[in-house]
Amino acid sequence: MYDFTPMIDSITGYLNGVFTPFWAGLISMVMLGVVLLTVYAVLGLYLVFAERKICARMQNRLGPNRVGPFGLFQTIADLIKLLLKELIFIKNADNFLFNIAPFIVIIASIMAIGSIPFAKGLQAIDLNIGVLYILAISSMGVIGILIAGWASNSKYSVIGAMRSGAQVISYELSVGLALLCIIVYAGSMQFSEIIASQEDGWWIFKGHIPAFIAFVIYLIAGTAETNRGPFDLAEAESELTAGFHTEYSGIKFAFFFLAEYMNMFVIAAIATTLFLGGWLPFHLFQWAGFNHVMDYIPPVFWFFAKTAFVIYLMMWFKWTFPRLRIDQLLALEWKYLLPINLINLILISFLTLMQWHF
Amino acid sequence: MALLKTIKEVGNYFNEIYDGVASLVRGMKVTGGYFIKRGQIVTQKYPENRATLKMFDNFKGELQLIHDENNQHSCNVCNTCARKCPNGSIEVIYKKVEGADGRSKKILDKYIYHLETCSFCGLCVPACDEHALRFDQEFEHAVFDKSKLTKVLNKPGSTCKVVKE
Amino acid sequence: MEETLMDIDLKDKEEYIVNMGPQHPSTHGVLRFETCLQGEKVKYIIPHCGYIHRGIEKMCEKLTYPQLLHLTDRMDYLSAHINNEAVSLCVENAMGIEVSDRVKYIRTIFAELTRIASHQLWWSAFGMDLGALTTFFYGLRDREKILDIFEETTGTRLIQSFITPGGLMADVHPNFQRRIKEFITYFRKKLPEYDQLLTGNIIFRERTKGIGVMSKELAIDYGVTGPSGRGSGFHCDIRKIAPYSAYPFVKFNEIIFPEGDTYARYLVRMKEMWESLNVLEQLVDNIPQGQIMLELKAIKAPKGEYYQRVETARGELGVYIVSDGGPSPARMKFRTPNFSNLFIINKIASGHKIADLVAISGSLDLVIPDIDR
Repeated sequence: MYDFTPMIDSITGYLNGVFTPFWAGLISMVMLGVVLLTVYAVLGLYLVFAERKICARMQNRLGPNRVGPFGLFQTIADLIKLLLKELIFIKNADNFLFNIAPFIVIIASIMAIGSIPFAKGLQAIDLNIGVLYILAISSMGVIGILIAGWASNSKYSVIGAMRSGAQVISYELSVGLALLCIIVYAGSMQFSEIIASQEDGWWIFKGHIPAFIAFVIYLIAGTAETNRGPFDLAEAESELTAGFHTEYSGIKFAFFFLAEYMNMFVIAAIATTLFLGGWLPFHLFQWAGFNHVMDYIPPVFWFFAKTAFVIYLMMWFKWTFPRLRIDQLLALEWKYLLPINLINLILISFLTLMQWHF
Repeated sequence: MALLKTIKEVGNYFNEIYDGVASLVRGMKVTGGYFIKRGQIVTQKYPENRATLKMFDNFKGELQLIHDENNQHSCNVCNTCARKCPNGSIEVIYKKVEGADGRSKKILDKYIYHLETCSFCGLCVPACDEHALRFDQEFEHAVFDKSKLTKVLNKPGSTCKVVKE
Repeated sequence: MEETLMDIDLKDKEEYIVNMGPQHPSTHGVLRFETCLQGEKVKYIIPHCGYIHRGIEKMCEKLTYPQLLHLTDRMDYLSAHINNEAVSLCVENAMGIEVSDRVKYIRTIFAELTRIASHQLWWSAFGMDLGALTTFFYGLRDREKILDIFEETTGTRLIQSFITPGGLMADVHPNFQRRIKEFITYFRKKLPEYDQLLTGNIIFRERTKGIGVMSKELAIDYGVTGPSGRGSGFHCDIRKIAPYSAYPFVKFNEIIFPEGDTYARYLVRMKEMWESLNVLEQLVDNIPQGQIMLELKAIKAPKGEYYQRVETARGELGVYIVSDGGPSPARMKFRTPNFSNLFIINKIASGHKIADLVAISGSLDLVIPDIDR
């Protein structure tokens, strides 16, 4: 019903008609880049705003309310402030690495967005190994964090970066295994095919309890991978002042900040795509009338609603729980999540072999 | 026996997970409850509520020399308040005038109050036998120039109702 | 010369030194922990104080007794009322006068309100130390109610200077009793919320149980008093040992936990809030009539030495006055609880992780101006 493929095809067709294939490709790439960057910036800024409003409500506060109605332009004002702030250069820091680290972090998160399907056809690139690509790209961000910590020439930063390294490497396993559960169910690594396999029901419902367990594990491990509370050991405000970005200021700090929120968005978007049916509307049994009404709601809305729900869950965790200690963090992964995940994977393989899922 | 022990250990393992998750859910109920049903907000939107904002009667704002409607205060220059002040925030400057009966009298020239050194201990107000002092409700003390914090409390042209000139 | 870790040659190349403070989010003030770390592990800690030393004891020698009270507010600003009470009691003892029962009751009510407010702020900050940021706002939300009670009667919220030798600066506001009763019912409803959010939380329990164990002997050796000492099973509540003001008239339990870990110190304070509510409930309806301020010609302590101790929210506060008979003390000495509580940290935090150091220093509930004076 809302298929964006013809629209995209007509644009590329028009470009190919007017320009040579090289220029057509280049122009479409630039257009895509501009669109993605805009989406990225707007989403990042408003995720920050949403988090501040949500946590304010949970904490019986008002939250931002000064700039614009309900403080809607607060984060934009913050961004302008950060743009104008002085960039501090640190003595004896490795300047090249120090400057490049925020870009590595932010590029990793921008690249991840490229393969996320917002609606049918509304996807920058539909790789046949989409899930693998996401896993590979999202683990690139930690290199930026490690570099930032190392290059800052600050002990707090190094501790934060090392914690982050240990954390992300451990939790990568759980993220991968939880996603593998759905790959086993769907039989594909391509996002469009995974969504297509959920036309008759989302995997979280279709896949029995193992799929739900995989979802919970993915949520926990995903939160840990984005270095957000209760797993924000890399920043650990009360212990390491600000962890790996202690020494950063101005727009470089803003890059880290934005990347954190966009990583959260990417994690939530993947959860939506794999577990909650991506941009597919919510269907209930065979109620044709109800399902038909649901079909009228555009898929982009469905995608963002589901993603927002997952993001809300992650914020809810952050604003409720205390932070874990580094050894507990690793114990949680290696003693609890990983064994449960492996058993879960075997169970899912068995279910898939027997064709017992709906 | 060994098998039984293993089963028990496995049971403990899952019990631990259950207890942990239950405790987390209990915490999430509190924050989630406040998300759905907004709690009482104690934050005051300060500059907007300036018109309705009322401090408590006893609020210690800044020191005030009480003037009545005839622009009269009741300071008799006894200097008790200045002596009671631990920080030397009060200076009572008097001048001598010739009274009607021919005797010279001390009357208030300037009642100087240093807000910048005042620690609001409140010793001066009860010290005054004439009840000439009180703390008013003013709390917006911020200024750009420190010298503005040194204030003369007696209004221009005011007279004393206790000591007759 | 003060010995610092910088002077010591580090034997092990894997050790390194991190300065936590004087500006650091977890020290809640200008305290500096010079921390020797090996990876994440704390080898030893040298606490440095003195960053907010104002010479309060010396300043007191120049001021009369009523005047010096406003300086004691600024030592442990979260127990301002109790500090005032300590000095007032000491001066009253020296002069051999006794205040009316009304004054005693009101002083005790204020002291217990201060204790609750202090513990609320501690709970808020402790949660924040451990990374649970929401606790901070819940604690402050409830503390606001107490501060309103203070402001209505005394005119200020944090440092009141309300209790003075010979009585009180003024009588209580007519709304005083009603507001306290409202607060008791309100806070009894909110306290279980604290437990649901933090006490029961599995992450919190894992972070605090068995961390920073202080034995009873160690607590006594270092003079750790207050909730931190009682968390180690040290019977040290001055309200029980040497009752003053209206404490002989009320029934309450001394909260003692023998474990001595961070969790025990946490539980002591949580339980103390309940106890303080009980004390308030017993007192608030029974405030007798009486004189608010004794008619005193001059407040002068006779020649001699005087000592008075009280229980602040953090432990035993001792006031020692040497008087030469004049209106101001010849020498004034405060035995502040935080100073003694601070230096235990090297003993109990060494060997733990850096995250535990934050938890332990949070559980000691340090107020830095009280350490330095």
